[in-house]
Amino acid sequence: MIAITVKNIVKTYGTKKETITALDDISFEVSRGELFGIIGPDGAGKTSLFRILTTLLLAQGGTATVDGFDVVKDYKQVRNRVGYMPGRFSLYQDLSVEENLEFFATIFNTSIQENYNLIKEIYVQIEPFKKRRAGKLSGGMKQKLALCCALIHKPSVLFLDEPTTGVDAVSRKEFWDMLQNLKKQGITILVSTPYMDEAALCDRVALLQSGKIMSIDAPQEIVKSFKGQLWAVRSANMYALLKDLKQYEGTISCNSFGEFHHLLLKDGTNEKELLTYLNQHQHTSIELKKTEPGIEDCFMQLMNKN
Amino acid sequence: MMKEIVIEAEGLTKKFGDFIAVNKISFNVEKGEIFGFLGANGAGKTTAMRMLCGLSIPSSGKAAVAGFDVYKQTENIKQNIGYMSQKFSLYEDLTVKENIRFYAGIYGMSRASVKEKMNSLLDLLKMSNEENSLVKSLPLGWKQKLAFSVAIMHQPKIVFLDEPTGGVDPVTRREFWNLIYAAAEKGITVFVTTHYMDEAEYCNRVSIMVDGVIEALDTPTNLKKNYKAVSMVEVFLQLARGATRSSD
Repeated sequence: MIAITVKNIVKTYGTKKETITALDDISFEVSRGELFGIIGPDGAGKTSLFRILTTLLLAQGGTATVDGFDVVKDYKQVRNRVGYMPGRFSLYQDLSVEENLEFFATIFNTSIQENYNLIKEIYVQIEPFKKRRAGKLSGGMKQKLALCCALIHKPSVLFLDEPTTGVDAVSRKEFWDMLQNLKKQGITILVSTPYMDEAALCDRVALLQSGKIMSIDAPQEIVKSFKGQLWAVRSANMYALLKDLKQYEGTISCNSFGEFHHLLLKDGTNEKELLTYLNQHQHTSIELKKTEPGIEDCFMQLMNKN
Repeated sequence: MMKEIVIEAEGLTKKFGDFIAVNKISFNVEKGEIFGFLGANGAGKTTAMRMLCGLSIPSSGKAAVAGFDVYKQTENIKQNIGYMSQKFSLYEDLTVKENIRFYAGIYGMSRASVKEKMNSLLDLLKMSNEENSLVKSLPLGWKQKLAFSVAIMHQPKIVFLDEPTGGVDPVTRREFWNLIYAAAEKGITVFVTTHYMDEAEYCNRVSIMVDGVIEALDTPTNLKKNYKAVSMVEVFLQLARGATRSSD
């Protein structure tokens, strides 16, 4: 069962003279009940894709369906079936929490009571503030209210555009827990994020960069497809170490990764030679060990390849 | 040898009515240090940073930034610091060159030094071909690298960075941190907030604010040891989970 199909979608902006290609012939499918992540930095094309799929923007080429309906021809049916949480807070700031929720329920010809079980777990956290204007809520509470409003008509597909951008690590974790619970209720979720570590929480992800999909797979499969043996290196002076490793003739790539630098060596370069080189450059407390790549390593490797 | 202290805060407090946004925070930052200022949304980071930048007068406590008092010498502070944030840093409708010239003017740089700085800056960022492009047409990562370079163009003693890398692609995010390292090596003190916990590891020392209070302050290595955590994410989650307030 397929919930979303995207086929050769192209989206460009600008004039004939100066065209910016936001989405460059992208295709993928999302199965029903899947939690699918679009992982990519600012400017990758995530929002354009979301707006096309929620019928708010027309593509220049290609086709797409949501829940079996064409996003252009059957836009009315699509709108009834999707929940959309845009990247920017877009509820009514002057309406209270309760009024916003009521408003969205009414627009979709339903009531808060009818689908209350779907939002209950999230709504109880903001219910104490139900008389407060939405504009006066904190960031975390706004996010929860927006999610409730996107869910109140029991959509079959939920679109979340960067729900965790600018959100601290604790709230991000809470938000992903909420998504896992919604997934259990059978809702298909398409979620975008610039945080590479969140990829691991999705069933499958598409890595998007400059309007192109670099890879689509389960996160653990993407990690497996990393080419080469990755090393983690550290020493007493990390900045000098980074500069020296980048200069080293046996280096393919070297990137900082928290307390270690992740290093990829050319074939035929062994660790002994590397250690000699580092000693020559006066590095102390050197630690060198094999490590497993993460999604971010893969993302950068794919970026460099293209 | 005693290291030069460039930020000194003691019992620094800011109240808004009954609400204590920042509650008696005390810490020192040394010259050339990269100091990570972490905390959950609403912990009081922005309020604390505004006081240190001379934009908000504290309710009580003491603080000196670049040797100047945060109550009485706010104008001196502003002349000795640089500031950039994710939300606002450059003028989108001005070109790259115009932005550089505009900020140079604000910082009171001479015409001759602006010209020299302009060229070396565009070279360093490999943006010479883009000098006449509007800033809004640049990718976010380029904008942020430019904004940072502009914020330290007048060689401030300290630069304050408020979530400078949010949403930036992984390669550019690391290039951005290389600019930070290079600035610190030249003796510019870097005071930075971030939601990326791997970036917390790049700091010499990190403080974590929870509900207006600094709950922990140490090197990333010591923090992980003290909280028996394998990563800074774990340290952060342990501390910030106890937070009772949340806001922006």
